[in-house]
Amino acid sequence: MTTALEIKNLHVSIGDQPILKGINLLVKQGETHALMGPNGSGKSTLAYTLAGHPAYEPSAGQVIFDGKDLLEMEADERSRAGLFLAFQYPAAVPGVTLAKFLRQTINSRRKAQNPEDPGISIPEFRRLLTKKMDSLGIDHKMAGRYLNEGFSGGEKKRVEILQMSVVEPKIAIMDETDSGLDIDALRVVSEGARRLQEEMNMGILVITHYQRILNYIQPDYVHIMLDGRIVESGGPELALELEERGYDWLREKHGVLEVA
Amino acid sequence: MSTFNKDAVIKLSASLNEPEWMLQRRLQAWALYESLPMPTTKDEEWRRTDIRRLKLNEIGPSVNGDAAVNTAIPEFLGKELTEDVAGGRMLQVDGVVRQYELSDELKAQGVIFCDMHTAVSQHPDLLQKHFMTEGVRPDEGKFAALHAAFWRGGTFLYVPKNVQAAAPLHSVLWSVNGKTFTHTLVIVDVGAEAVFMDEYASAGGELPGLHNGCIELLVRDNASLIYAGLQDFGQNIWQFNHERGRIGRDARLDWVTSVMGSRLTKAFQTLELDRPGGWGRMSGIFFTNGRQHLDMDTQQNHNAGSTTSDLLYKGALRDKSRTVWQGMIKAQPGSQKIDGFQANRNLMLDKTARADSIPGLEIEADDVKCTHASAIGQLDPEELFYLMSRGIPRNTAVEMSVQGFFDPLMRRIPFEGVRNRIFDRIVEKIYT
Ligand SMILES: Nc1ncnc2c1ncn2[C@@H]1O[C@H](COP(=O)(O)OP(=O)(O)OP(=O)(O)O)[C@@H](O)[C@H]1O
Ligand SMILES: [Mg+2]
Repeated sequence: MTTALEIKNLHVSIGDQPILKGINLLVKQGETHALMGPNGSGKSTLAYTLAGHPAYEPSAGQVIFDGKDLLEMEADERSRAGLFLAFQYPAAVPGVTLAKFLRQTINSRRKAQNPEDPGISIPEFRRLLTKKMDSLGIDHKMAGRYLNEGFSGGEKKRVEILQMSVVEPKIAIMDETDSGLDIDALRVVSEGARRLQEEMNMGILVITHYQRILNYIQPDYVHIMLDGRIVESGGPELALELEERGYDWLREKHGVLEVA
Repeated sequence: MSTFNKDAVIKLSASLNEPEWMLQRRLQAWALYESLPMPTTKDEEWRRTDIRRLKLNEIGPSVNGDAAVNTAIPEFLGKELTEDVAGGRMLQVDGVVRQYELSDELKAQGVIFCDMHTAVSQHPDLLQKHFMTEGVRPDEGKFAALHAAFWRGGTFLYVPKNVQAAAPLHSVLWSVNGKTFTHTLVIVDVGAEAVFMDEYASAGGELPGLHNGCIELLVRDNASLIYAGLQDFGQNIWQFNHERGRIGRDARLDWVTSVMGSRLTKAFQTLELDRPGGWGRMSGIFFTNGRQHLDMDTQQNHNAGSTTSDLLYKGALRDKSRTVWQGMIKAQPGSQKIDGFQANRNLMLDKTARADSIPGLEIEADDVKCTHASAIGQLDPEELFYLMSRGIPRNTAVEMSVQGFFDPLMRRIPFEGVRNRIFDRIVEKIYT
């Protein structure tokens, strides 16, 4: 059975400021969707809302994930259910090493399945971590560093994808994973995501401003968000058209004023 | 039940078969104690710690631990003692040695590691010269004097010149009756090195208890000492401590303090950088809950130029507990080219807790680098969300975050078994 993320008429406000104004989107396992849109249009807000950030409280709408009401679930349950968000700006967790953190993410999953589970053994964990780090070209020394503390922009993004490959989600949202990556890293990281898709039939929602990442992770569908709404959906050609024409024609077409 | 008086001093000394000189010192200290007023909140150092409810004579002096010899010690302490890598281990129960080992290698090196009473009888020269003479002195305060008169139990460590102690040393002072006056005296002679972990803990109880302790760390020229003093008393204990580290030329003292237990703790901890090239680092780990009250008075005295001190004290607070950290960096006139740092960070886990953080500088030299920082914060919700977004339940995320707060300091505790135990205690305190 394939899992789907189904967003229906989702509204989210921050304070009394409406940010998302009725989002509809269906992402199925195995599919790749790209979400594009100008700065401030609400893409990360959508990502945070789906991941269960407590500051983003939906005022209307529904999200069904794997047949369940996603909005009723805590952030950790959503993750264990198979939804993953690679953050645009990952938080630093001082005092907790990347290795300790990854081990805990694995053990939390196991414990949720079976409270008696003793957790992954240290040798097994080491082997797994070495393999995954190597495939993403991450220096082994990073494992002993405090999570995201003092990581460069590109290192943070690689480590987000490392986490994704450790938890093997059913559906992953990648929020501007391409920004901050050098050209080689972009290829390595994109291939990592593609591999997961092939091996696990992962669904991907890739949020980006640029065509480049879409050359590696080819979208089946491209959606454009303007001012809290998805105003246009199409195939890969839509991204190319954007690259060429920018957003103004869409703003005009949909009557959206450019925010200063 | 006996109270504190001159007779009790004489009896205690006699019961320990002490030499005349020690009895005389105790009696002098007792006279001093009687001449000093009980501190009140009118005294600057005691302004934030009110001890009016302490009824010293209802608690009384320590009792001989022989009666406790057959009581079980907590499993975690026993486990720790058998699993660590120490070359010298000692377990005392209310001042009576229950378990003692010193490796042949350390013996061959001439390392002396024993309980304080054995030290008094077998190493009188060292003790007469160094016991409460240059580390902590009886006249430093009411409780220093009381300790000098009534001390019992504790650990003596001497590392001879140019000897690098072959393995770490580990001492555990366990109290069943909750009345302890233990003394730690460490002398690391010129060019010598040692790692020493000193733990003190007690069973909880309804009746108020008392710990009146003293720690003296003498680190001679070119010597190096890593010392961790770890307190885990029941929350019925009033703790009053005087602690001092003296650091010689080009010597190093890495000093870790962890405080988890006690009802109230007032500790004076002083670092004396006596000669150029001296380096001292003080690391503090605290977690208070319930109505615990913890007051740490620290001093970093740069008595010579070209000395470095680095203090970082971190506390987590819950419920209605309260902590006070008052720190002072002092530079004597002419102590040029010194580098002194102090920082205190507090993690408030409940709004009802209160932390006071009072840094201070008294610098009488001009070519110095002295800085301080203090901060009070809460758990970062973004950090918690990030952890949860990877499937980690909220409770575990909170635990990780609190442990993370302490992690940089915990890394300075030399034994993994002990680190883990403190981590476990921290987790326990998050929930109780
Ligand atoms: N916590 C917040 N408090 C106040 N305003 C917020 C908050 N989070 C988002 N916003 C606002 O919501 C709007 C949408 O922001 P969002 O981060 O979702 O945009 P985005 O499409 O991801 O932009 P970008 O392409 O720059 O990443 C912006 O105007 C932003 O300032
Ligand atoms: Mg964004």
